[in-house]
Amino acid sequence: MVPVSYYVVLSALLFGLGVIGFLFKRNIITMFMAIELMLNAVNLAFIAFSRALGQLQGQVFVFFVIVVAAAEAAVGLAIVILIARNRKSLNIERVDLLKL
Amino acid sequence: MTMLLFFALAAIAVAGAVSLILQRHPIHSALSLIVVMVALAGLYLLLGAEFISAVQIIVYAGAIMVLFVFVIMLLNAGEEERTNFSRMAAYVGLPLAAVLAAGLVYWTAHEGTGAAAPMQRPATRPLAMLLFQDYLFPFELTSILILVAILGAVVLARREEGRE
Repeated sequence: MVPVSYYVVLSALLFGLGVIGFLFKRNIITMFMAIELMLNAVNLAFIAFSRALGQLQGQVFVFFVIVVAAAEAAVGLAIVILIARNRKSLNIERVDLLKL
Repeated sequence: MTMLLFFALAAIAVAGAVSLILQRHPIHSALSLIVVMVALAGLYLLLGAEFISAVQIIVYAGAIMVLFVFVIMLLNAGEEERTNFSRMAAYVGLPLAAVLAAGLVYWTAHEGTGAAAPMQRPATRPLAMLLFQDYLFPFELTSILILVAILGAVVLARREEGRE
């Protein structure tokens, strides 16, 4: 039997990799994918704890997280298309209107 | 056996995540992310969450990632440009991310231990009971959320009339 902590450590690793990807990538779409990776890491922790505590609420929340991720991907990718159309580039450093 | 499967799937997931970061081409990153998601679906099966595992494959690896790949191809996204990326990210971001990951790993490794309780039956039926009875209202709200998201996406991505 795999201890829950192993799953949670894996979840933490994936979340950390997602943070690193978000900070280091310069492509908007790739940064978006890093966010999805972080959401997946959280889902793994939810399911591991749901299993450990013998309660199904965790799986319900994972379901909701997936739904919200789908909505977020739809709206976010629409915004990405808009940015690409206006800036003619996917580089995040070109989107600096709010930068001091 | 379970241990072996866990470590194999965990290795695949972490390798996919590292590959996501290291690839310079967005389409390669997207394919790496699909690998991570399939590995996670296997882990969910291992944890006795069959329904979530299927949803992970269908919705995440199927719908969401197809959307990503579609947008990448639509925008004809090429190699990521090499820029002199901000020093802030190098000097603050990397240590911060490392500290975050190390802290989470340390904390979780020292806090909760104890083997996972064996799940008695396939949990899909109780999950449906929970979803459609106790959580019926949030469930219906998510459908409104999806509807609003679709409308927002359509409105945002629409090409304005008369400008082109």
